[in-house]
Amino acid sequence: MSWTAFDTWIVLIGALCAVSCALPGCFLILRRMSMMGDAISHAVLPGLAIAFLISNSRSSWIMFVGAAVVGVLTAVFTQWINRLGRVEKGAAMGVVFTTLFAIGLILIRRASALDHVDIDPACVLHGAIELAPWDTIKVLGYEVPRTFIVLLLTCLLNLAVITIFFKEFRLSSFDPQLADTLGFPSPLLHYLLMILVAVTTVACFEAVGSVIVIAMLIVPGATALLITHRLSLVLIIAATFGILAAFLGHIGAIIVPPVLGFERSNSAGMMATASGLLFLIVWVAHPKHGLIRQFIVSRSTQNNPSTNRDTLIG
Amino acid sequence: MNWADFWEILTLRNYNTRLVILATTTLGAATGLVGSFLLLRKRSLVGDTLSHATLPGIVIAFAFMTTLGFNGKSLPGLLTGATLSGLLGVLTMLAIRRTTKLRDDVAMGIVLSVFFGFGIALRSMVQDLPGTQAAGLDSFIYGQPSSLILADFLLIACIALVAILLTSILFKEFTILCFDDSFASSQGWPTLALDIILLILVTAVTVIGLQAVGLILIIAFLVTPPAAARFWTDKLTHLSILASLFGALSGWLGSSLSATQPNLPTGALIVLTTATIFLLSLIFAPARGALPRHLRHRRLRRKVARQHLLRAAYEILELQSQKASSENSAQHEVQNRAFPFPLLLAKRSWQPRELNQIIRAEKHREHITRHPDNTLLLSEAGFGEAARVTRNHRLWEAYLVTHAEIAPSHVDRDADMVEHVLEPELVSELERVLRDKEAWVPMPPSPHHTTTS
Repeated sequence: MSWTAFDTWIVLIGALCAVSCALPGCFLILRRMSMMGDAISHAVLPGLAIAFLISNSRSSWIMFVGAAVVGVLTAVFTQWINRLGRVEKGAAMGVVFTTLFAIGLILIRRASALDHVDIDPACVLHGAIELAPWDTIKVLGYEVPRTFIVLLLTCLLNLAVITIFFKEFRLSSFDPQLADTLGFPSPLLHYLLMILVAVTTVACFEAVGSVIVIAMLIVPGATALLITHRLSLVLIIAATFGILAAFLGHIGAIIVPPVLGFERSNSAGMMATASGLLFLIVWVAHPKHGLIRQFIVSRSTQNNPSTNRDTLIG
Repeated sequence: MNWADFWEILTLRNYNTRLVILATTTLGAATGLVGSFLLLRKRSLVGDTLSHATLPGIVIAFAFMTTLGFNGKSLPGLLTGATLSGLLGVLTMLAIRRTTKLRDDVAMGIVLSVFFGFGIALRSMVQDLPGTQAAGLDSFIYGQPSSLILADFLLIACIALVAILLTSILFKEFTILCFDDSFASSQGWPTLALDIILLILVTAVTVIGLQAVGLILIIAFLVTPPAAARFWTDKLTHLSILASLFGALSGWLGSSLSATQPNLPTGALIVLTTATIFLLSLIFAPARGALPRHLRHRRLRRKVARQHLLRAAYEILELQSQKASSENSAQHEVQNRAFPFPLLLAKRSWQPRELNQIIRAEKHREHITRHPDNTLLLSEAGFGEAARVTRNHRLWEAYLVTHAEIAPSHVDRDADMVEHVLEPELVSELERVLRDKEAWVPMPPSPHHTTTS
């Protein structure tokens, strides 16, 4: 096992992806739309298929646009069904993304039957983070992986939008009614966030695959919410945990397989696993609300009911 | 394709497709039933979480069986692995939900992404196992209904039957769990155990559905039929039966349709059938559909607007009669006569265009006529209706003032919200109550100052 420049690039790309996903992800959690990343990852299929059928090429730009448009449509349709039919958000999301996925599946089958072109629905847009460093372009005289640039731009876009609209996003996430009465255009903000999420997820799918994106949208944010409830801190902690998970995940992908007698593993999967482990650690060991603390408190109150009464009085 | 063939497939007389259709129909009925409780518990996407969480179990089972020298793709082994890791995922979700402040959707999202990521990492490790291709595992993602054999169908039928039976036995318990779980636990119901039983049922139907419709499309089976049924009824018993029917219907129609032509993926067609049912219900279902609700709303709005017009007209006439008769007698009779349009316009905060529309609607009902000199005259029927509407309004106002102790200055707005739906029985009840209070008069006076203007 040796650490090469490629490993550094993989961790950097993973970290960028983690930060770009974790920032809008925190707002998704606050808006009870945590499953949006997963929904979009399935729903983009018809967008890819239609982009392919129209352009008859696998150029990643056209695919990107097709996927991003359908990603935004997923959010729009979910909102419509939620409003028009008064269906709960989760159910509305489920209806929309399964339907879109089914349409995409049929389109792809038809396309491959007609043109004898085989599009594997699982890997059209599902880049692999291990392969990312090999595809380089020259920027300012340096050889830089293409995905690094794409993710850097995505990350900067997210940072910029969230910094500019921080106050508006915060208010409309916590109290949409108040935001409405104060004259903030909360539907507009909602769609802005959804566009941000769709563009980010699709860019990351293309670069590093969907597994890592779905995890990084939710898990770092949820971990941060266990620690603090100040939104600015939540965002910073979530980004930090995302970067940490990318780093630990890649190290895990190098170290763990030989121990178990395998040759290699998948860094993206391992990064998702690492983010889960970080969540687990905080969940169990958080000094105030962690499981260990909860266990100790419940034991001590069971053994000694008087303490409980004392704390109630005090 | 011709209709005879299609009919043959639909009526299960085609031997090749019979099994698939029966299996998907049964599955649809079971998932629809179980899914209704998930919908009400606002956990529709549990199926999504579960189906992703089964991946590590499938891969571990595969690796385990291969290293022990068995056939790595034997279905019972893989399904056992899927069930175990699905259950672990669901229990983790419940644990997160119960011990932290994070909400259901976050707990589901965490379990989904971490388990799925872990599964992917495991799968790429296992791919190097000697002499095997793990690629066959992908059939779980898209489903392979054509590979169903009789034993698979029997398994599906058994699990579905158990799920339906168990749900019917625990119907009351699940109902209370879905509607008010804190009430249930305060009444001593074992909510945690009930939650786990419900989720075990979901796991069972999801796992058996994996092979038939695939990992992603089974989600649609759990979510869409109950969501569609919700538009038709407010009763849980009806909802679950209807969801079950919708599920079965889409399984039956969808797989029959896919059998008519090659190259149409069964799972996708089933999903599109449920989606069509959902869309039709969303628009047309009488109870909660968008179109009937919109129509009801519009009818009510128009009725309210018309009643406002009539009351405004009556109050104008009342004022005029008061002025005319104030010299000779205290006892005044409201006379029906023509009054100018601007007077009516000033009565409420309505736009001229809006008011003209309402007047046209009332003209159509022959309640009002409009003269060329821009004055309006109520007809006999219109005058009677106006008196009735005004009287209802005043009765209700008087009731609110005397019984609900609402200040006279606020009473008009509150009265406005209810008076349009006053039933005749309620009006006579109001009359009775007000007569007891000795506030009774044929036409109660308005509590507001009407003499100004």
